[in-house]
Amino acid sequence: MNSPRLNNFVNWILARFPLTKVWNEHLAEYYAPKNFNFWYFFGSLALLVLVNQFATGIMLTINYKPDAALAFDSVEYIMRDVNWGWLIRYMHSTGASAFFIVVYLHMFRGLLYGSFKKPRELVWIFGMLIYVCLMAEAFMGYLLPWGQMSYWGAQVIISLFSAIPIIGEDLSLWIRGDYVVADATLNRFFAFHVAAIPLVLVLLVFLHIVALHQVGSNNPDGIEIKENKGPDGIPVDGIPFHPYYTVKDIVGVSVFIFFFAVVLFYMPELEGYFLEHANFIPADPLQTPEHIAPLWYFTPFYAILRAVPDKFAGVLAMGGAIFVLFLLPWLDTVKVKSIRYRGGIYKKALLLFVISFFGLGYLGMQPPTPSATIAARLLTVIYFSFFLLMPIYTRWEKFKTVPKRLTSNDSLMNKIPLIKQVVSEITQDTVVTTKSGKTLHLKTPNPKGLRNASVDLAKKMKDSLD
Amino acid sequence: MNSSGVDKKRRQFLTNALTVVGAVGTGFVAVPFISQMQPSVKAKATGAPVQVNLSKLETGQLIRVEWRGKPVWILNRTKAILSTLAPLESELSDPNSTESIQPLAAKNQARSLKPELFVAIGLCTHLGCSPTYRPEVAPTDLGKDWQGGFFCPCHGSKFDIAGRVYSSMPAPTNLEIPPYRYIDENTIIIGENA
Repeated sequence: MNSPRLNNFVNWILARFPLTKVWNEHLAEYYAPKNFNFWYFFGSLALLVLVNQFATGIMLTINYKPDAALAFDSVEYIMRDVNWGWLIRYMHSTGASAFFIVVYLHMFRGLLYGSFKKPRELVWIFGMLIYVCLMAEAFMGYLLPWGQMSYWGAQVIISLFSAIPIIGEDLSLWIRGDYVVADATLNRFFAFHVAAIPLVLVLLVFLHIVALHQVGSNNPDGIEIKENKGPDGIPVDGIPFHPYYTVKDIVGVSVFIFFFAVVLFYMPELEGYFLEHANFIPADPLQTPEHIAPLWYFTPFYAILRAVPDKFAGVLAMGGAIFVLFLLPWLDTVKVKSIRYRGGIYKKALLLFVISFFGLGYLGMQPPTPSATIAARLLTVIYFSFFLLMPIYTRWEKFKTVPKRLTSNDSLMNKIPLIKQVVSEITQDTVVTTKSGKTLHLKTPNPKGLRNASVDLAKKMKDSLD
Repeated sequence: MNSSGVDKKRRQFLTNALTVVGAVGTGFVAVPFISQMQPSVKAKATGAPVQVNLSKLETGQLIRVEWRGKPVWILNRTKAILSTLAPLESELSDPNSTESIQPLAAKNQARSLKPELFVAIGLCTHLGCSPTYRPEVAPTDLGKDWQGGFFCPCHGSKFDIAGRVYSSMPAPTNLEIPPYRYIDENTIIIGENA
């Protein structure tokens, strides 16, 4: 940096582009609350997966052919004949599922700590729009391999639009570009998947971050750090995003890549959950697969669709299940943001919601038997009640006192004695003499200790719901 | 005219006029952008009728042919299974096919031109999956009241052997019957009305 030439060059740039200003505003002098926990990894991880999808996606388009006659074979060609093609394709398909895992956890964080509440309503809305775009990306991308699931999945989802009264039939015809899902559909989905929606996504991610940096990040305590500024105008409980959180996120990224690589290299189809088995059969317009289900990230909404015994009402319920999320900032008007200081009613409601979401997700993968349909109806009612009854049940909520300043969690180092104590309670030492005459001290499970520990855990969990 | 002052009324009028002209222009330009997504002339032209020879169709056998990219079923029904049609009517949503699509000549109990031969578009009227042919009586997964018919694996809609939908199913109407006619005893043509 001392060379005058480099300095001149840097000054030349800075006079023409606000590089330092952008860097400082969004990284080096963006003050984030100092108490971010595990849940705060998923925003930056979502960005990482987005980059992965862009990079691998562009490489896939180099060898893929968006033509109904060639598409399936071109994907197999990528898998077998293109150098490292299998890796790039599996990175893309695993990335799609990873994207939804990360985004669902990111959204759940919002529910836990009230990150959608005033003044972050727009951050939430932009985030929801990103989520809708992601669903469109995933749906259209799944048609491209032109397998049986691609074909019939697209047939079902496009037919959803035909349920709309009056314009429905023409609308679904317009989307397909043919009377059934055909080459025209594949070609246009390719265009949307690789060009149109990614552009919108990038714009929305930009808006999401700009809106976030305008109001500042929320935190596990749900307290506005901007209300407590030091004499220098910097929030006392804030730390600069770079280097503190960039370094923290590197840890998150490493752990994430570990799990990602395990799936990528050892179970890229994840038993049909990330890539369905029927999709390795070329699309056949004459035969629907025996059991058809969307990929796991759509199954909660698919279960809601199937639960309603009327075509248009089912489509409305499915759309409503996503739309109701947009309204969250205006349904939950409680001032207390974080679940740490909220009452038992919200905690129990949130738990029921999580159960309904997982339950519907499971039922959406199962064949539509009568008892499964009844269960799906019950869970659908719970799903919608969580949101629509929110203005009512939150009235009876009793809150804890919200502190003025951020609280700090015990560090992992301080937790070690407690962990050691729990381990010694649930195990017992057994002395074993081996054949060679050596005595070994083995730790074996202690049934009584295990029982006590699980009762304690259950009590703690019950208490945490009050 | 005042040369230094600004005529705000005039400026506002020009702004409004430009907005209107711009909006109309955008509207016109949007037409080709939106319309190019419609089925192309080629896609519309490939709806030619399909001729099917029935001489090798055995009793109880179902064959699938492709017409306009859709699966069309041709099923040779037994007398026994046809006798289930009348008693089922109380359990059906549209037993007389008043809400459903079929040629006028096939708007009857068996929903066909000749009772034995059933011709239908094999796509569920719910969301367009192709239902499976389940001729067996009372299989374990469909219940003991099942008399044989079609079951959609996607969302569980049930149809009888004439493609009539049972009550309170996701599918709103009976399976669609395409236009078809007999050329001779053993040949039909799909896509042309009788």
